[in-house]
Amino acid sequence: MTKIEAYIRTQRLEEVQEALEAADVSGMTVTEVRGMGRSKGVTHTYRGSQYTLSLNPRLKLEIVVTDDQVAEVVDAIQKAATTNEVGDGKILIIPLADVIRIRTGERGDASLA
Amino acid sequence: MASLATAQDAAAAAPAAPPAINWTDSAWVAVSTALVLLMTPALALFYAGMVRRKNVLSTMMHSFIMLGIVSVLWLVAGYSLAFGKGTTAFIGSLEFLMGNGVSMKESYPHAAQTIPHGLFMLFQMMFAIITPALISGAIAERMKFSGYLLFTTLWSLLIYAPVAYWVWNPGGWLFAKSALDFAGGTVVHLASGASALAACIVLGRRRALEHNEPILPNNLTTTLLGAGMLWFGWIGFNAGSALGMNDIAISAFASTHIAAATGMLGWLICEKMRFGKPTALGAASGLVAGLVGITPGAGFVTPVSGAIIGLIAGAACCFAVSLKHKFKFDDSLDVVGVHGVGGFLGAILTGIFASVEVNSAVQGALDTNNGRGGLIMTQLIGVLTVGAFAFIGTMILMKIAQAVTGVRTSDGQESEGLDLALHGEAGYNL
Repeated sequence: MTKIEAYIRTQRLEEVQEALEAADVSGMTVTEVRGMGRSKGVTHTYRGSQYTLSLNPRLKLEIVVTDDQVAEVVDAIQKAATTNEVGDGKILIIPLADVIRIRTGERGDASLA
Repeated sequence: MASLATAQDAAAAAPAAPPAINWTDSAWVAVSTALVLLMTPALALFYAGMVRRKNVLSTMMHSFIMLGIVSVLWLVAGYSLAFGKGTTAFIGSLEFLMGNGVSMKESYPHAAQTIPHGLFMLFQMMFAIITPALISGAIAERMKFSGYLLFTTLWSLLIYAPVAYWVWNPGGWLFAKSALDFAGGTVVHLASGASALAACIVLGRRRALEHNEPILPNNLTTTLLGAGMLWFGWIGFNAGSALGMNDIAISAFASTHIAAATGMLGWLICEKMRFGKPTALGAASGLVAGLVGITPGAGFVTPVSGAIIGLIAGAACCFAVSLKHKFKFDDSLDVVGVHGVGGFLGAILTGIFASVEVNSAVQGALDTNNGRGGLIMTQLIGVLTVGAFAFIGTMILMKIAQAVTGVRTSDGQESEGLDLALHGEAGYNL
């Protein structure tokens, strides 16, 4: 079992979600996050007072899949999330020791079925 | 106020019998009183949206607590100090202490009015409530609550009441010079703007500014709602100041509404040219600036003059809010830039645009001042004197509050946020 953690642009969520559905991914957790990378900050103006925020809003997606799904899912996210501009984000692949479905107590790949 | 000419005529023709109560006039002023009451919660919303989320409740409390405190102060002594018959041209008397002698059946004895005296006192009470609340925008996010209570109590009795006396009481020195302030451009806005500058200088800058942390508004939708409610309530503030339902009330209604509209446009045009994007906060700020600008002239000017006054006020205040960066005073929510500058411009523009056709009282003001130039000079003297008095008086009162209760929260409280640190609650919980 593998957790795929992706940091994407807020406005790419719908495309990514469609691509994940096409890849038969059945579960996902989405969190609004703020972070910094190589992209520049966004400037806000309030009554002429300008603030450049160094932490940009992004979404963090957490998806747990069986090992044989990893390549397909990563590919789907990467294609759907890109805009070809600096700041498109990152995809992390994290091996998991185990996964347990809370309702039934099922473990491993069975918990993801 | 609009009764100025009739008041002077009545004084000249004394001892004429007071005019009978007109219940149509009274109904309009009663409704207007309720409209002005709504402006204080509206101001709370307007301000609350602009502060950081950790200070939203403390900022709203600055306005709401004035409804609690100034209502009582006004009944007990404030009204008497402002509208009692004084022995000098500078302050009223104790004749209406505790509401004594304020009739619900007969009119105010020192001017010719057609509404019950009690209603006049209530209408004026709403103005006395919102004025110190306006100042609170300059001290937001860092003032001790106890210090705020002491300061505003002293300010209400020692600054607001005398200034109201000078301008609106037939015994006041600016009233005698026929200075024109229809609904409180000088008494409310200029006085609160000048006081705001003094208060934020005594208080010092917020820690976040010193550390270059961005100070982001927590919810500007709240600010827009507040601005809309202020616009609505301001109709009572200005058109109600005719103290009756008549042509002058309708004139005030028209010029007030138009000035809010052009104030918004003036600010947005200026903002678009300076920063490239028109903002919603700019629209809200501009309409308030337009309303501030028209307040002294509503009821004296034509709708077209109102449009010009609003446009000038909106555009000028858009520039004026940048002064705080240049001079390094931390006027958190731009009370100086909007109410101080808008109040100043409004008073001068009232001298320029006041029209005899709109209000015959303007003829009296022109005669007293030997023409238009003299009237404009009187308007200038009025704002400079009131501005200086409010500024110096606030310096002193803030220093007194500093010595007695303290005025500035601790660094830790300011970082934590005043909602939790001072009030033990949070505006937003998950």
